[in-house]
Amino acid sequence: MIKKGKPKKVLILGSGALQIGQAGEFDYSGSQAIKALKEDSIETILINPNIATIQTSEQMADKVYFVPIKTEFVERIIEKEKPDSILLGFGGQTALNTGVDLYDKGILQKHNVKVLGTTVETIKDTEDRFLFGEKVREAGLKVAVSQTVENVDEAVKAAEEIGFPVMVRIAYALGGLGSGIVNDKEELIEKAKRAFSFTDQILIEESLYGWKEVEYEIVRDQFDNCITICNMENFDPMGIHTGDSIVAAPVQTLTAKENFKLRSIGIKLIRHLGIIGECNIQYALSPFSDDYRIIEVNARLSRSSALASKATGYPLAFVATKLAIGYNLNEIENIITKETSSCFEPALDYVVLKFPRWDLQKFGKVNKELGSEMKSVGEVMSIGRSFEEVVQKAIRMLDIGMNGLVCNEIQFDDLDYAISSPNDKRIYAIAEAFDLGYTVERIHELSKIDKWFLYKLKNIVTTKKELEVLQKNDLDEEIINDAKKKGFSDKQISVLVESTEMEIRDLRKSFGIKPVVKQIDTMAAEFPAQTNYLYMTYNAIEDDISTGEEDQIVVLGGGAYRIGSSVEFDWCCVNSVLTLNKLHYKTIMVNYNPETVSTDHDICDKLYFEEMSLERILDIYERENPEGVIVSMGGQIPNNLAVKLSSNGVNVLGTSTSQIDNAENRHKFSGILDQLKIDQPEWEELTDLESAKDFALKVGYPVLIRPSYVLSGAAMSVVLTEYELETYLKKASDISQEHPVVMSKFITEAREIEVDAVSDKGELFCYAISEHVENAGVHSGDATIVLPPQRTYLETMRKVKIITKKIAKAFEINGPFNIQFIAKDNNVKVIECNLRASRSFPFVSKVLKINFIDIATRLMMGEKVAKVDKSSFDLDYVGVKASQFSFTRLKGSDPVTGVEMSSTGEVACLGDDFNEAFLKSVLSTGFKIPQKGVLLSTGNLKSKAEFIDELRILRNLGLKFYGTEGTAEFYKENGIEVETLFRPYDKEEPSILTYLNDKIVDLVINIPKTTDKEELDSDYIIRRRAIDLNIPLITNIQIAKRFVKSIKQFYDNDISVKSWDEYN
Amino acid sequence: MKAKLILEDGTEFLGTAFGSEQKNEGEVVFNTGMVGYPETLTDPSYAGQILVFTYPLIGNYGVPNKDLENGLHTNFESDKIQVNGIIVSDYSFDYSHWSAVRSLDDWMREEKIPGIYGIDTRMLTRKLREHGTMLGKIIFENEFAQEHELNIVDPNKTDLVKTVSIKEPKLYERGAKKIVLVDCGVKNNIIQAFLKRNITVFQVPYDYDFLSIEADGIMISNGPGDPKMNKTTIENVRRAMVKGMPILGVCLGCQIIALASGADTYKLKYGHRSHNQPVNEMGTKRCFITSQNHGYAIDSNSLSEDWREWFQNDNDGTNEGVIHISKPFFGAQFHPEASPGPDDTEFIFDMFVRAL
Repeated sequence: MIKKGKPKKVLILGSGALQIGQAGEFDYSGSQAIKALKEDSIETILINPNIATIQTSEQMADKVYFVPIKTEFVERIIEKEKPDSILLGFGGQTALNTGVDLYDKGILQKHNVKVLGTTVETIKDTEDRFLFGEKVREAGLKVAVSQTVENVDEAVKAAEEIGFPVMVRIAYALGGLGSGIVNDKEELIEKAKRAFSFTDQILIEESLYGWKEVEYEIVRDQFDNCITICNMENFDPMGIHTGDSIVAAPVQTLTAKENFKLRSIGIKLIRHLGIIGECNIQYALSPFSDDYRIIEVNARLSRSSALASKATGYPLAFVATKLAIGYNLNEIENIITKETSSCFEPALDYVVLKFPRWDLQKFGKVNKELGSEMKSVGEVMSIGRSFEEVVQKAIRMLDIGMNGLVCNEIQFDDLDYAISSPNDKRIYAIAEAFDLGYTVERIHELSKIDKWFLYKLKNIVTTKKELEVLQKNDLDEEIINDAKKKGFSDKQISVLVESTEMEIRDLRKSFGIKPVVKQIDTMAAEFPAQTNYLYMTYNAIEDDISTGEEDQIVVLGGGAYRIGSSVEFDWCCVNSVLTLNKLHYKTIMVNYNPETVSTDHDICDKLYFEEMSLERILDIYERENPEGVIVSMGGQIPNNLAVKLSSNGVNVLGTSTSQIDNAENRHKFSGILDQLKIDQPEWEELTDLESAKDFALKVGYPVLIRPSYVLSGAAMSVVLTEYELETYLKKASDISQEHPVVMSKFITEAREIEVDAVSDKGELFCYAISEHVENAGVHSGDATIVLPPQRTYLETMRKVKIITKKIAKAFEINGPFNIQFIAKDNNVKVIECNLRASRSFPFVSKVLKINFIDIATRLMMGEKVAKVDKSSFDLDYVGVKASQFSFTRLKGSDPVTGVEMSSTGEVACLGDDFNEAFLKSVLSTGFKIPQKGVLLSTGNLKSKAEFIDELRILRNLGLKFYGTEGTAEFYKENGIEVETLFRPYDKEEPSILTYLNDKIVDLVINIPKTTDKEELDSDYIIRRRAIDLNIPLITNIQIAKRFVKSIKQFYDNDISVKSWDEYN
Repeated sequence: MKAKLILEDGTEFLGTAFGSEQKNEGEVVFNTGMVGYPETLTDPSYAGQILVFTYPLIGNYGVPNKDLENGLHTNFESDKIQVNGIIVSDYSFDYSHWSAVRSLDDWMREEKIPGIYGIDTRMLTRKLREHGTMLGKIIFENEFAQEHELNIVDPNKTDLVKTVSIKEPKLYERGAKKIVLVDCGVKNNIIQAFLKRNITVFQVPYDYDFLSIEADGIMISNGPGDPKMNKTTIENVRRAMVKGMPILGVCLGCQIIALASGADTYKLKYGHRSHNQPVNEMGTKRCFITSQNHGYAIDSNSLSEDWREWFQNDNDGTNEGVIHISKPFFGAQFHPEASPGPDDTEFIFDMFVRAL
């Protein structure tokens, strides 16, 4: 055991808002770190503005700071809290970068703060491409060779040294000319010439095209014990970001020689680098020989390590923390077996598949091809005992309307292209190709995907073809059993034999074909284990555990993180489970997202890492016979299942499913509101263009259109004119009897208000009213939200409360719910109502310090809950929630907000007043306070005029203004100097783009205004460039005004840095 | 064709046949390694056993060629498949790897080894874990109806080592230093480990009277079965100890050294067969991940006072190695030569070479 030098007080840096490339996995790793430290009685201080995380909950760290993870804030917390140590490896790249900056500026040294685990010097060796290459070579190992060149001759020389074929990488891929492979000198010269016509530098790199990509997770302690916990193999060969790759664990196509060679290389390098704790190493492995290259090392917990933890059951983050504070590997208890130590390498007796979830259709103009930049927003993990089984499970888990690998409504115009150019739909193209008779060899040639994976996909297609010539009556035990072993759902089978899901289910059960429950125990059943980490499979016959105890409650999780549903729902699920535990129920959690805390096996009594389909939930229900199922915590997936579950005999807890149906069905909901005399924006469901036009004329433009057929990828949209309406309906969504669209009056210049509430059998029990900073029109998931409301009339608040009470009563709500209102001149209309927990539950719970989920769960279980003291709602401080966008990652996407949600995460900060909380929040999402100049494009005349006062403030702070001619003239007339710049299309200097590139501008305020094509495109280029250059961009006038007011208040004054418990 | 595994307690596991359709029997054991079936199946220590792979997907990368180096297979641990049968969950008929020349199924047919797939191998493993290792028999559909006398011969009661040891001595010439390798069923990679270190290896049969040979050290190899069956070898080692020559034992060889020193061995309930066995080096903070394949173990309480426990299994506390307190005699219960498995403990060969 550790005798001396154990830290007493540790500062942990979180990862901030969820964004592409840095998501929920860091809530998991941070939470584990805190648990590991607390077990050693070490005091913990956490900095993380991501209020929806578990790690920032009251039962976790001793102190929580909801402030930006930036050097200046962290330093002030160090001064205040005086920690003796800091953990940098648990908050992704954000924490690592901030830590390196703190170290470089001498702040850690000055305050005597020790970096636990891997040293900053080692971190730098792994982060810097050049240093890393040196270190790898020092260890006598191989790294991919690359050279930077500045002209064609140099390029040829470099390529000849490296050897053809080579990869030509062009830093800024403009005009459709991107990176690519050239096979000979001639091709290289041509490509290099074109590249140098617009760039000064290209990279000539050894080509690893078609190589296998494999990863290992390695841990090492300070006594030099070093082991590998998990290995993983990408289904997609080199070239696609591992975050966008389909990944299998353990490796599938590597021999023992290759596997143990890479293991030894990894251990050798990690020892040479001196890493202590956890790290991830990525390799490229030749498909033709035993040659390899080391791609990179991540000296911190990563997305892959979270995946490896869930894939193996080995608690990597927990162990990494213990190693960082000085334990050696065999001193740490194995929390799965409770008998052995953590010094072992898990043996899997199942196969795991990670599948990324993309939401590319949510973004205008974005390039859908996959490459070296990650684009996915979430992931799922499936577990089974055949590859076919895990592929089909994973695809269904994505919740994108696919039934599995096959039986989907998807078509490809150019199959070869869809297979050879990696994209989010490639796997379905491969299935289609097999269906049309393509050979494994042909698909391998096109995709370079290892043939073994392709054989497995082909097996699924073969079974599909066997089934589709049959009728339901032809199905016998053997056929169904075979299909189930290959991962076919009852629904897929029913599609193929033209039956129904329930008929197939009954038939299957009549043959006694049921999935069995298996444990994940880290050592393939070699030793007895008390593990509660479970999955189901048809590739086995015996259950590992006995099922069906009394007093069990099932909580359905949130599934893959996607736009609109992420860590907030995980917080709700975990809190609900914790309350159920307190009430002495036995809890069963069902979820399949490896980036979550809800899938940590120490949260619940049983964890089913399983599909949330009707079929699988019924399987679990029939086997476990629980008292009931909670569907209101995990967001829309469980909510959508509610009605089907209860009609199949499941006891759904909380609000009745018929009432959920009343709220979800637009017609029923509207009818009930009419009866209650609750106002709502006018709407109609329309099936042809003429009636759509008539409706728009009747209510007046603008109108909001919502296509009902979501799979087409058509998004919600606001149209301003009849011309736009026609264009939209013709292009984006084919309006018809089968595919109606819903149109509603779009109310402008109005305020949006949200109510998050809990009701006790129809009686409103507690509620929180928050207000949007933006005017109506910005999706509530993208809006900046303030609690308590700052500008809403008392009269409006009163009306909101009355309506909320009426709705609670009418829908006999028993549990959590959320209503969105639109208010204008004290007229309040309901725009949406969800009879489940909403995205903002953690925010309101943590700002008010009243756990709405705890209350909701108790009430749903019929417990008595003491009335919440009214004064609790009377705050002396303000909370502001702001959204995090990932536009930088999504090359080409238009960075504007609208009626479709596009943010990937959020933060929330507390402040003594609105401006303070607002400023902290936006700084947490990456905003910087401008010091030089502001590029203005302030929209229409009205908003231009609205902004005059704010410009005077900015001018007094010493900032310069730039804008196009129109903007400059307008403000000149109002006595404000604005330097005129040319628009991108003018191709004249001084131009906006030059000023952006040269960083003369450090804030862009660009408010979209017109529908004028050229203006729009020009604005798009400006917005896009600002994002690409990492210059803060504001596209909403209310946000712009609030930002100016906030920076005025804090330009010369420090923002207070207070922990959560200091606000009371 | 359907096939069945029947255990000595009568339990039956039904699956589908692959490989040779020829009935066979043996001691049913499980291995939790996730890769390395070509190496594992050819490990002579598995002689007489029916092997259950706990990893469900087997056959993925086919079977490599029979390339030789120093007259030894580079891709296999001996010249043939040593197990009597193979039990898997999901056999992959299609394989893919640059080094593969045929499928596992083909190879098994050629070597007349039966296999069954479609078995709940986790259920079978749990059964073996709870009950302890059992004898079993693989039979095929055409024999299902016939009466079956189970009476399976326990391979541990036969002279297994004799069947896998070479018949005549063999010399691998390298440098001036020379060891005698007592072959109780040696894995190729043990020989390679010495040749790589430029040591001349004189491989002799298990019962060979090696004391007359001029050598710098003695290596007692791994091998199958109950160590106490090898009476001649134990006696020869005892005599070698008197001479004071450096002695290294691996796996069965380690047990033989212990028995020669007067210590005792016993049968483990279900043995250690995997690539992930953690061992702690006693008196240090070091732990290593090792490859293992043994069904018997040394009773560390029975060690005489000149001997001490060198390594201990971190999972179950059983002995993983012994070392003499003053003389160059030592043995590892695990496989420092890996293949398949981690090479963390290769330093043991270096230690031995330094002692020569």
